[in-house]
Amino acid sequence: MADLTTDFLGIKSPNPFWLASAPPTDKEYNVRRAFEAGWGGVVWKTLGAEGPPVVNVNGPRYGAIWGADRRLLGLNNIELITDRPLEVNLEEMTRVKKDYPDRALIASIMVPCEKEAWQKILPRVAETNADGIELNFGCPHGMAERGMGSAVGQVPEYIQMVTEWCKQYYDRPVIVKLTPNITDVRYPARAANAGNADAVSLINTINSITSVNLDAMAPEPTIGGKGTHGGYCGPAVKPIAMNMVAEIARDPETAGLPISAIGGITTWRDAAEFIALGAGNVQVCTAAMTYGFDVVKEMISGLSEWMDDQGYSSIQDFKGMATPNVTDWQYLDLNYVTKARISEADCIKCGRCYAACEDTSHQAIAISEDRVFSVKDDECVACNLCVNVCPVEGCITMEEVPAGQIDQRTGEVVSDEYGSWTTHPNNPMAVAE
Amino acid sequence: MAQSHQASGIQAGRLPAEDIATNFEDLHAPFDAHEAAVAADRCYFCYDAPCMQACPTSIDIPQFIREIQGGHPTAAAKTILDQNILGGMCARVCPTETLCEEVCVREAAEGKPVEIGRLQRYATDALMEKGAQPFTRTDATGKTVAVVGAGPAGLAAAHRLAMLGHDVVLFEAKPKAGGLNEFGIAAYKSTNDFAAREVDWLLQIGGITVEYGKKLGDALTLDGLSQDYDAVFLSIGLGGVNALRTSGEDVAGVADAVDFIAELRQSADLTSLPVGRNIVVIGGGMTAVDAAVQSKLLGAENVTIAYRRGRDAMGASRYEQDLAASKGVKLMFNVMPKAIHGDSAACEIELEYTEIVDGRVTGTGETLRLSADQVYKAIGQTLEGQPSALDLEGGKIKVDEAGRTSVAGVWAGGDCASGGEDLTVTAVAEGRDAAMDIHASLMG
Repeated sequence: MADLTTDFLGIKSPNPFWLASAPPTDKEYNVRRAFEAGWGGVVWKTLGAEGPPVVNVNGPRYGAIWGADRRLLGLNNIELITDRPLEVNLEEMTRVKKDYPDRALIASIMVPCEKEAWQKILPRVAETNADGIELNFGCPHGMAERGMGSAVGQVPEYIQMVTEWCKQYYDRPVIVKLTPNITDVRYPARAANAGNADAVSLINTINSITSVNLDAMAPEPTIGGKGTHGGYCGPAVKPIAMNMVAEIARDPETAGLPISAIGGITTWRDAAEFIALGAGNVQVCTAAMTYGFDVVKEMISGLSEWMDDQGYSSIQDFKGMATPNVTDWQYLDLNYVTKARISEADCIKCGRCYAACEDTSHQAIAISEDRVFSVKDDECVACNLCVNVCPVEGCITMEEVPAGQIDQRTGEVVSDEYGSWTTHPNNPMAVAE
Repeated sequence: MAQSHQASGIQAGRLPAEDIATNFEDLHAPFDAHEAAVAADRCYFCYDAPCMQACPTSIDIPQFIREIQGGHPTAAAKTILDQNILGGMCARVCPTETLCEEVCVREAAEGKPVEIGRLQRYATDALMEKGAQPFTRTDATGKTVAVVGAGPAGLAAAHRLAMLGHDVVLFEAKPKAGGLNEFGIAAYKSTNDFAAREVDWLLQIGGITVEYGKKLGDALTLDGLSQDYDAVFLSIGLGGVNALRTSGEDVAGVADAVDFIAELRQSADLTSLPVGRNIVVIGGGMTAVDAAVQSKLLGAENVTIAYRRGRDAMGASRYEQDLAASKGVKLMFNVMPKAIHGDSAACEIELEYTEIVDGRVTGTGETLRLSADQVYKAIGQTLEGQPSALDLEGGKIKVDEAGRTSVAGVWAGGDCASGGEDLTVTAVAEGRDAAMDIHASLMG
């Protein structure tokens, strides 16, 4: 059986599944339950500076969108950092770490952007024997207005500065949590790297309004007739998170910087995909908040079984394997030609491929009187939309037109040579080969 | 004190009232909002959807299901009722397993179609709960149309004609409208007096005057109607019942299944409705199943459907056959009645095994006897009392695709007219389409 033990920044955990800093990790009671369920580690709910804690709203703090059968696809929240006293959190962290020495326990921190504030809290955190810290530069609501959270994460210079302070006053690993609420995630990642961060974690939640109550004419969740943007997470944000992870993993300036991936991880497969893109471990929140802590069991068994099937004995064996295959559009091979193929045996004759192609794409699917659907090779541009709208997985596939054969659409022979936009004659900036 | 299953003869009250009530509950419980959302979500919104093609009234099924998905069951109902004003009843009685749901692509894919019938009921119930008739009449045309027979075809025609601005007089022989919806369908498919409520709701459109107790033949003649009205639509149903032509057919206890069903449907208290201990229903259609199952639900001990051909030839769908079997009805195939025994009342039926020789049912000579204190005949209905001026085809009033009969100015539809299956939904389509043709003819 595959070994899921993970060494992330020297922090060992029995598996790569950590709970992200969020409501599930707000207190000892929850974290103990999480560890009993099998989670490899937790990032404790973000600590603030000593003194009167923040307060949360007393109305609803979550909004959601759903798919079929009310399956939760996206969740947003307007909860702030921990609203419990710092001292209580530190005591609980100390106890939990003592009782679960084999699990990772990371302290998430958000204090004002002042050196003294960090100097003050870091030794306190160190006393808990936590394995490391995560700097919350991502929270998009409530704290940002006070110059913290994403207000820091959106300014690379601040990220570097605070990271440097932490590296100066704390001797265990420092993870910088990045906000996705920026234009290009590579800049804050580079800043963290420049500040000597040991790792970045991403993504934090995305600014969002999940729904508008059309009776109250106000965003949900509605508090006293008003709503505000919250932080979006859950399965819906995974594609955005994966792109950001990949961007950092393949950026020459940050290549090799350890990444703790966060964003919609619900099953083992999601985790495997993030790890293949370069993540060293993953953090989970929404799946646990939707289904409870036991979801980690499927993540563990599923990842383990898949690794066994693939012959991978540890996470390291496939970590980052997909990263080199993430490229820029301009380098994609324009001589790779495919055509859609519809399996008549698998087709249930719903006609969605036809409607999609005929109405919105290239009129490349024919329908016969008895509802047999077929691809017109002379029209098919291989867009793949039919594959994606077909309700039967595997019914429509994309088949490569081998080199030497004629592409019926262009009338040209398919070349066996790589040819991208960089060398294409239509490209005014093409470079001669 | 309730009688038992085993009480001999024909007895009322074989089951306690609460059992009867349970037995005659909705065959399919209505969806709640979440169930409807989940069921609606299974629809693939097919291109040129097969379900819509299979619906005799061509309801835009993907459209109405999408409206349910969007949280607007009443908009969905409007989509349904645009095509089929009796969409509420059809949602309950349509053999969807041989129509829309049979061709649903999910039936092909996984043997479990989208539950179109139940979704249709969810939508139409939502609209009818609001009570309002969603259709309004256009400006009065000054034209008058006589509709004879207030069954599904007549009601559909009358509603459409009224909507188009014509004044309709609807003649009905019975004291209640609805036709087979009211008198001829198993009670568990039309609970809480739905058929009558639907008629009341339909008539809210206005412009339709119903005259009860008026039957074609007596004071009401086709000639007279043709003179008095601008057009005539006949939807008189099938008033006759085929005879067994078997010895003993006239003894007590032998009855028409349609009469039994009608009596049951009109009964205010099913515990007072007598039913035999041993019942044999002769036939293989929906009427046979409705009579057999309801006999069982009333507390009969042994109920047998005896059908002269094999299972595949049976008019009742496989779903209906399974329903009967699940209620404890025994299905016998390839047997035909030879004699009913009993001096003054039936006590046994003698059946002969059959085989099909060159497509014809032929007795093998081997017989068996079943105890039977009631024998229900359900071997088909026949046209009765139709005006002699009309050409017939296959024992029914001959009509063209628009519902025109051989007599100018006279249209016909529903079970009495040629073409189409004898289904509520088909009757609605025929009534609607004839109305459109009448309208075109009157306004042309």
